[in-house]
Amino acid sequence: MSEPEETPDDPVVKRFLYVNRKAPHGTVYALEELEMVLIAAMFEQDVHVVFLDDGVFQIKKNQSPGALEMKDFSKTYRALEGYDIEKIYVEKESMDERGLSTDDFIIPVEVLERAEIAALMDSMDVVLSA
Amino acid sequence: MLHLVNKSPFERTNLQACLQRAAPKSAILLLEDAVYGSLKGTVLSDLVGEAVNTFDVFVLEPDLVVRGLDAEQILQGVKPIGYDEFVDLTVARGTVQSWL
Repeated sequence: MSEPEETPDDPVVKRFLYVNRKAPHGTVYALEELEMVLIAAMFEQDVHVVFLDDGVFQIKKNQSPGALEMKDFSKTYRALEGYDIEKIYVEKESMDERGLSTDDFIIPVEVLERAEIAALMDSMDVVLSA
Repeated sequence: MLHLVNKSPFERTNLQACLQRAAPKSAILLLEDAVYGSLKGTVLSDLVGEAVNTFDVFVLEPDLVVRGLDAEQILQGVKPIGYDEFVDLTVARGTVQSWL
């Protein structure tokens, strides 16, 4: 079977999952992944975002990288809602291991158990990880 | 001797490697993503909380601030320091080992 043909009136919408596993400021991965999320949103895809492992630190409240003259992209996560990106998940175990709770996050998230992450990934057309 | 650790101990084992090999009384400074290792209430809090009895453990405060962390969230016995004190520590402790 060939892929469904895309026309302006009937665009192909795929299920995208962006997997964030890196802490935000020590490397550039988190910022790059966030930019990829915004690109997918512009193409009106079905975007899902999950924060695992050290990725949960990306949405920690009160970040101020401006103090080291770095870009404060943590505020951009709050703008995702404006792009209709509302399927945002955090893995419970990753959060608990790091002493964090949903109160520590700058955006509302749905908390999933580690066992549920596999099913989430499995249900996607495209998974992009950083 | 001053040991520098700059990787998140939740992702890599640089901090654990350092703690296993540093001589007692050594200074250990957590900076960049290693500052997450100084948090209370984590799976590593017992390990790091215990290390302060053997080593002088410091955390670089500017790197905490960037990540939205403050001194109240830091384990007892881990001392937050700034860049000036980092320089002083480097001079005072002589040899520096970076656990990259």
